[in-house]
Amino acid sequence: MTAANPPRGKGPLARREARLAWGLLAPTIISVAAVVILPLLAVFWISFKPVTLADLRPPTPLVRESLRGGPKAPGDAGQIEYRIRNSSQDKPILNVTLTDEIPEGVEVGELDPRCALEGRRLSCRLGDFEGGQSERLRLPVTLTEAYFASGADIRASAPVVTGESVNVLTSGEFTLENFRAVFDSREFIDVLYATTFYTVFGTIGAIVVGLFAALLLNHAFRGKGILRGLYLFPYVAPVIAVAFTWVTLFDPFSGSVNALLVQMGVVETPINFFGQRPLALVMVTVFEIWRYFPLSFLFILARMQSIGAEMYEAAEMDGASPFQQFRWISLPMLMGILSVLFLLRFIWTFNKFDDIFLLTGGNAGTRTLTVDVYEQAFAVSNIGAGAAVAVVIFCVLLVFSIFFLKYVSREEGL
Amino acid sequence: MRALRFGFVAGPLIGVFWVMVAATTVAVVMSFATGGAFRPSLTLAAVWGALLWPASWREAGRAGPAVAAALMAAATLAGLGPVVIGNGVGTGARAVAALGLGAGAALPLGWMLAGLGRGALSRHAFEAAVIRFLTATGHVIFAAIVAIPFYVMVMTSLKSQQALLANPLDFSLDLDKGWGVFRSYVELFRDFNFGRYLWTSFYVSVLTVIITLLVSIPGAYAVARLRFTGRTLFSRSILLIYMVPMIVLALPIYIAFSMTGLRNTISGLILIYPVTTIPVALYMLQGYFRGLPAEVEEAGLMDGLTRLQVIWKITLPLSLPALASVALYVFMIAWNEFLLAFMLLDDPAKFTLTRGVAMLNSSEVPRQHLMAGAVIATVPIMLLFLGLERFMTKGLTAGSVKG
Repeated sequence: MTAANPPRGKGPLARREARLAWGLLAPTIISVAAVVILPLLAVFWISFKPVTLADLRPPTPLVRESLRGGPKAPGDAGQIEYRIRNSSQDKPILNVTLTDEIPEGVEVGELDPRCALEGRRLSCRLGDFEGGQSERLRLPVTLTEAYFASGADIRASAPVVTGESVNVLTSGEFTLENFRAVFDSREFIDVLYATTFYTVFGTIGAIVVGLFAALLLNHAFRGKGILRGLYLFPYVAPVIAVAFTWVTLFDPFSGSVNALLVQMGVVETPINFFGQRPLALVMVTVFEIWRYFPLSFLFILARMQSIGAEMYEAAEMDGASPFQQFRWISLPMLMGILSVLFLLRFIWTFNKFDDIFLLTGGNAGTRTLTVDVYEQAFAVSNIGAGAAVAVVIFCVLLVFSIFFLKYVSREEGL
Repeated sequence: MRALRFGFVAGPLIGVFWVMVAATTVAVVMSFATGGAFRPSLTLAAVWGALLWPASWREAGRAGPAVAAALMAAATLAGLGPVVIGNGVGTGARAVAALGLGAGAALPLGWMLAGLGRGALSRHAFEAAVIRFLTATGHVIFAAIVAIPFYVMVMTSLKSQQALLANPLDFSLDLDKGWGVFRSYVELFRDFNFGRYLWTSFYVSVLTVIITLLVSIPGAYAVARLRFTGRTLFSRSILLIYMVPMIVLALPIYIAFSMTGLRNTISGLILIYPVTTIPVALYMLQGYFRGLPAEVEEAGLMDGLTRLQVIWKITLPLSLPALASVALYVFMIAWNEFLLAFMLLDDPAKFTLTRGVAMLNSSEVPRQHLMAGAVIATVPIMLLFLGLERFMTKGLTAGSVKG
């Protein structure tokens, strides 16, 4: 008797199902690859490139055409002048060419040796242009009867110039200068410190405040729904609105908080909350806690409400006090969600850019790694250095992602 | 801790702390409401807190706290309460502050200390009283930190620059101006093109929602229902995308858009926005699809529907609530998006609302315009949120895997 073997490999139905699945996933995969994977690879590439903001505008040859010598009547001689220049002051353009259409009735005299005329089509090979170089190309012409009769204009057809410029982004030139610029600067230690402070305290703070808020709303009372909605406001409102509100609120000259503190006699002179070290870093962290506690609140509340009442009743019978019940029942039950929240919030606080950028612009010791990307790339116009910081961020995130895959995806049941 | 567990220790102590909280709250609220000089006196608050303790005794009866509240209000009017009121404050505001303080300090304290007694306390009774104190304080603090910024945002937008600089605390409205209080809004819509920004933000968000749903529904269905190699890996790694900070991606996107001429175009924005929301939408939807009974779909397959017909005729109608949540959540993300709009748009004719508000943050534009812009950006999303809170909260919970 032969043993019953399960069929090996995939049957046609399974293959069809898999094909359909990939078909359904294709738009997602393609779009994510185009907007996430490709840019990530590009960041690595750019970080080894000496590229600045100015390099994004490649040098182009520019041309202006004019008719000189003032020919007014048939038979008059004149010149067509092409003034060609390199738009960039320091980068060369290779193999510049010019083509133009000469109107009917214009007789062309002696041609420049670099030019050729085929029918009415003029084409010139002008060679290489250094940075800042400009040149006048003159073409002696005689205007005939036909030209004036047709009412044509020399400039009716715009001349076309082309040229090849060396683009730093695609050239074979590489450098480690970007990384040196990032690591060498004394600011980098500051940046790492600000990032760590912001991430650690922002994460813990948001979770603790969220836990407290959840404890407040973890029993039924009238108006609970309204309060729950209200507590979500900071998270739901656009970051730009709340960040500017905070800046207005804490303004040293016209801010209400300073006015309040002075009036209540807490401080003598107004405090520049977002403008001085180390207060600014504390303030952006407080903002982070304020804006993201609703998220932990929502999660923790949902988890709390799924803890059965029997356990508390039993503990009550055994004489456990309210704090003991919290310590020995609620907290252990919440540990799972708290650790997931911690990991998630940690990563996202680390990644946060908008909040600090809007509150302080990264000044007064609040420049985190993500803000540094922007500062290097756009404020200092050194895109390469910005990309180098981005690579540093990415490496840190690789470490996080190991934790993420190990713990979060298990908790989330993926 | 043990030394605290006596009624004559815990009662006055909680009283002291609570009156301090109440006095500070009343002073802050009245300052913000009237701009007048209200100032909590912590010494007087401590004295009053201890004095209020007897009002909670059983002998004082139910009327105890009410009498205490009346006494405290009267004392405050006489200048002996825990809130010191400046000379310039009008009688009406004084009366409101005194009544608010009396009621806000004495009545909740009566509730906190109810049944506490004067002698030794059980741990249970003691902690219950502490928790009641913490609960009341917590509600006050949370209400303050959430409400004050939004209150200041709205009120600042209705004031004039001079009034703000003269007294930053005075948020009382000058109602004589009538419709004139809305001047900032009128100017934003008339001179700063905000009507157009609203419309741009709206259609960009709606298009983002549509494209996101079109792409993520089939993807989510595939991950939730179909068997293929790499399914687990895919569903795990899709969320890894949110570990990459947007600013890291924005840099190459900026370069690519600069070189291809997509920068400064709305279509460029619409190319990018959906991709930032597709993974989270896919994640939310696949979770929901998994929860639907597969038998219904299998019945449909048996009856001769193709997979795509099953999705269209069975799965989607069953998941309308989830679709609403996802759509709202995606709409919120697109509406609030700032970084990409800020980096990719330079032309004021093409701004989205958030980019338009960012433009107002300059020294040449008065503060109240900036705040009015913030209100315009916030109100639509708040209305959506309040109107559809159930869906929105579900979306927030399910979508919180995105930062």
